[in-house]
Amino acid sequence: MHELSICSSMVGIVRKHAAGRPVRAVHVRIGAMRQIVPDTLSYCWSLVTESSELADTELRIEQIPAKIKCRGCGTERTLDAPVLVCPDCVGQTVDLVQGDEFLITTLDLAEV
Amino acid sequence: MGRFHRHDGDAHDHSHDHPYDHSHDHSHANDHGDHSGYATGSERVVVLERIFEENDHTAAANRHDFDAAEVTAVNMMSSPGAGKTTILAETLRRLQGRLRIGVIEGDIETSIDADRLSGFGAAISLINTSNGFGGECHLDAPMVRSALPRLPLGELDLVIIENVGNLVCPAEFDVGAHASAMVYSVTEGEEKPLKYPVMFRSAQLVLVNKVDLIPHLDYDLKTFYRNLRNVNPGVTTIETSARTGQGIDEWCDWLCALRT
Repeated sequence: MHELSICSSMVGIVRKHAAGRPVRAVHVRIGAMRQIVPDTLSYCWSLVTESSELADTELRIEQIPAKIKCRGCGTERTLDAPVLVCPDCVGQTVDLVQGDEFLITTLDLAEV
Repeated sequence: MGRFHRHDGDAHDHSHDHPYDHSHDHSHANDHGDHSGYATGSERVVVLERIFEENDHTAAANRHDFDAAEVTAVNMMSSPGAGKTTILAETLRRLQGRLRIGVIEGDIETSIDADRLSGFGAAISLINTSNGFGGECHLDAPMVRSALPRLPLGELDLVIIENVGNLVCPAEFDVGAHASAMVYSVTEGEEKPLKYPVMFRSAQLVLVNKVDLIPHLDYDLKTFYRNLRNVNPGVTTIETSARTGQGIDEWCDWLCALRT
């Protein structure tokens, strides 16, 4: 349940950027190579923000698939399992080019 | 709900009449137009801030303190019961007189592990992770930072951070160590690297522990290594048994080599 402490960090980031304005929604991007469970994150968000000024703030989660690129043949592949090898090039290093993201992208602030 | 935006300079109407509320779906990142009189409107502001930013900032401060004291720090992770504390106790015993070691011990609620590690001349700083929401499942950089004042860093060569036993959460948090080692035990099954890829990817070394039990298990070491290499192709492995002592010297040598 590291989602709970993660939500506390998120509250800090949101407050800093909202600067006192009401926040309608928080947009979060989560890569598939992160072990962060969207439903758990949403649940923890409601726990952490309960009875605060962010209680009605919606968490909108965008999930990003993991993608690797082989240094040998240059092929990019979207992963459906965490297998970080190129099926065509034995022993070649692959780079994770997408799927490591975990960030707050935007906030929807109410206009005052 | 439809909305009307009047942009500065070029006033134009682009009110919408969608049958659904789409006030969250507009990008207003650079929109500083006049929105007065539309109390239901919202403005989208770009944040693009990594959620671990604050943790990573503290992790960098921890690493800086270790570097300033010429201390090497190792983050040791595993699932509960993999044998981390037993290996660590044996490590402290064997390295006594070779390296001056400090241990940061993450533990939920008890000091049992810290008690098991005492008596080998190592400085031990216990972090009880039970504050806040009923116990944490991992150590993060601020927790480790809070443990540093209780260690005489200037008199140490190596700090081993014994993380909370858990294959999920500790892998996400940089605590400021120079290297990560993982204790995996064969009783956990061959498929674990594929189920917990973040953890298995984050380690530079995996100790394959309890190998003395393999004859009693339906366990295929080759399958495990294949799964491990799939998620972390370059990882170093050492087969160990904390019970028989197999591989522990090799692990101690790996720790000593981090100092060079």
